[in-house]
Amino acid sequence: MAHFEKANSINEWMDQRLAVNTLKKVMQTEYWIPKNINFLWAMGMVLAATFGILLVSGIFLLMYYKPDVNMAFDSVNYTIMTEVGYGWLWRHIHGVAASLVFLVIYIHMFTGIYYGSYKKGRELIWLSGMLLFVTFSAEAFSGYMLPWGQMSYWAGMVITNLFSAGSLELYGLVEWIRGDYVPGDAFLTRFFMLHVLLLPLAIIGLIVLHFGTLRIPHVNNQDGEEFDFAEAAKLYKEGKVKESKVIPFSPVFLSKDVFVLGVYFILFFYLVFFHFEFAMDPVNFDPADGLKTPPHIYPEWYFLWSYEILRPFPKDPGLVAFGIAQVIFLMLPFLDRSPNVAPASRRGLFNVWFWIMLLDMLVLTVMGKLPPQGIWNTIGLVAALVFFALWIALPIITKSEKKL
Amino acid sequence: MSSRRDFMGKALGGFAALGGIAALYAMKRSWDPLPSVKAAGFTTVDLSAAEPNVLNVEKWRGKPIFILKKTPDMKPDDRDVVVGSDRFHVSIGLCTHLGCIPAYQADNKKFKCACHGGEFDTSGHQIFGPPPSPLEVPPFKIDGTKIVLGEAGPEYTKMKDAGLTV
Repeated sequence: MAHFEKANSINEWMDQRLAVNTLKKVMQTEYWIPKNINFLWAMGMVLAATFGILLVSGIFLLMYYKPDVNMAFDSVNYTIMTEVGYGWLWRHIHGVAASLVFLVIYIHMFTGIYYGSYKKGRELIWLSGMLLFVTFSAEAFSGYMLPWGQMSYWAGMVITNLFSAGSLELYGLVEWIRGDYVPGDAFLTRFFMLHVLLLPLAIIGLIVLHFGTLRIPHVNNQDGEEFDFAEAAKLYKEGKVKESKVIPFSPVFLSKDVFVLGVYFILFFYLVFFHFEFAMDPVNFDPADGLKTPPHIYPEWYFLWSYEILRPFPKDPGLVAFGIAQVIFLMLPFLDRSPNVAPASRRGLFNVWFWIMLLDMLVLTVMGKLPPQGIWNTIGLVAALVFFALWIALPIITKSEKKL
Repeated sequence: MSSRRDFMGKALGGFAALGGIAALYAMKRSWDPLPSVKAAGFTTVDLSAAEPNVLNVEKWRGKPIFILKKTPDMKPDDRDVVVGSDRFHVSIGLCTHLGCIPAYQADNKKFKCACHGGEFDTSGHQIFGPPPSPLEVPPFKIDGTKIVLGEAGPEYTKMKDAGLTV
């Protein structure tokens, strides 16, 4: 048996058995964060906190929700909203958080793109992050099914129909996914399972991986500067805190994160208490009806850009375009051929690329919400074509970029 | 020694792979539509009371079925269901683009899908927008003045063989 000394404190007792002090060093007190960053570097922690809130509010919703086509709508809109004490609070928190989490994911993504934080050893951070985006999207979609309103039903119908893969007409696959000819009880219950168990498990695993991929390359900084973390850490530990380029993750950097979290949660709870309706589509307050399509079907705002890429094309090319749009961001570290890790503002044409991409995604988002007619169709088509032109242009313009 | 260890590893790996494949099959089957879902499935509609240019929507296997009695000025089509001297357009009322239900505009005599702007004429042929193919005709059998949905009669088989519906 291994030899243990008598411990003089609880901390020492834990350390002997679980190496908690080593763990604390590696993950907190000696996990070095560059000083040269700004509030955009706090978005990761904002996302982690929002996920925590989704988990807690979800647990409370789960206690009264009924995954059954005859009971689901009432269990949400009657039981949870009117009978359960503070049930409305959990629902509004859950809905608002589900919407805001995507806003912050997009900010987090575009921060990474702007500062080149997906290159030179940071590729896995980007890839695991994009996998998180995909699983969060699936989580959001499966959750949207659960109130079993008109938008739930018809979004379920449209999205599962995508799996027929256009002219391949894989209706067997679509029926297999639904467990029925149309979205029904089997469909609702299996998406309930995905929403409350399988996908959250995958998300938690991916968050751990995402944090892990960050530990060795460390976070990027505002100048994309490459420096010796060991040397900077040595200065800090010697007490030359001012001269050192780094601070420890906890408690020093975390205190800055906590400030940003504070500002974020003021906005968050303002929305929860006063403007929750933006996350609650009025159409979804009609119970699901398989014989009546709502006049205008649109997804939640965070899916609008990719929906708009599907819409202006004929069926098969539209599906191919949609499929590519879902995964193309994963390829970013490999399509950017420039050796420079620097903010976009110093990278010439890439700066133009970045801002057009951001603007294009905003235009696609707005067009996705507008009805498919007249000039909106044309603008949507142009924006979708620009999206693909940008991805084709990316390797070319980054290849010709001068080394800084 | 190491060869015995290798053997144990390979034996375990082999059985685990076998069990894994079996489990995948079981998982696939668990997601299949239930027999009760598949068995629910024949709808009979009496066509004798239908009014021309008024769309009737029936429900079959959870899907809406369009039944439209044609007026004399509507173009006859090979996909029409003929009962006596009347011609009917019968189709699954789901847009062939992504499955929304098109609405019938009696004044314009066309179907319009609100989701992505697709349009179909009174024979179910796509005339505008993203739909890649005509509205599908469900399996049907004519029984006097009644139509049985879900059962393939000779008229339906003829349409299917001619490639007029999938």
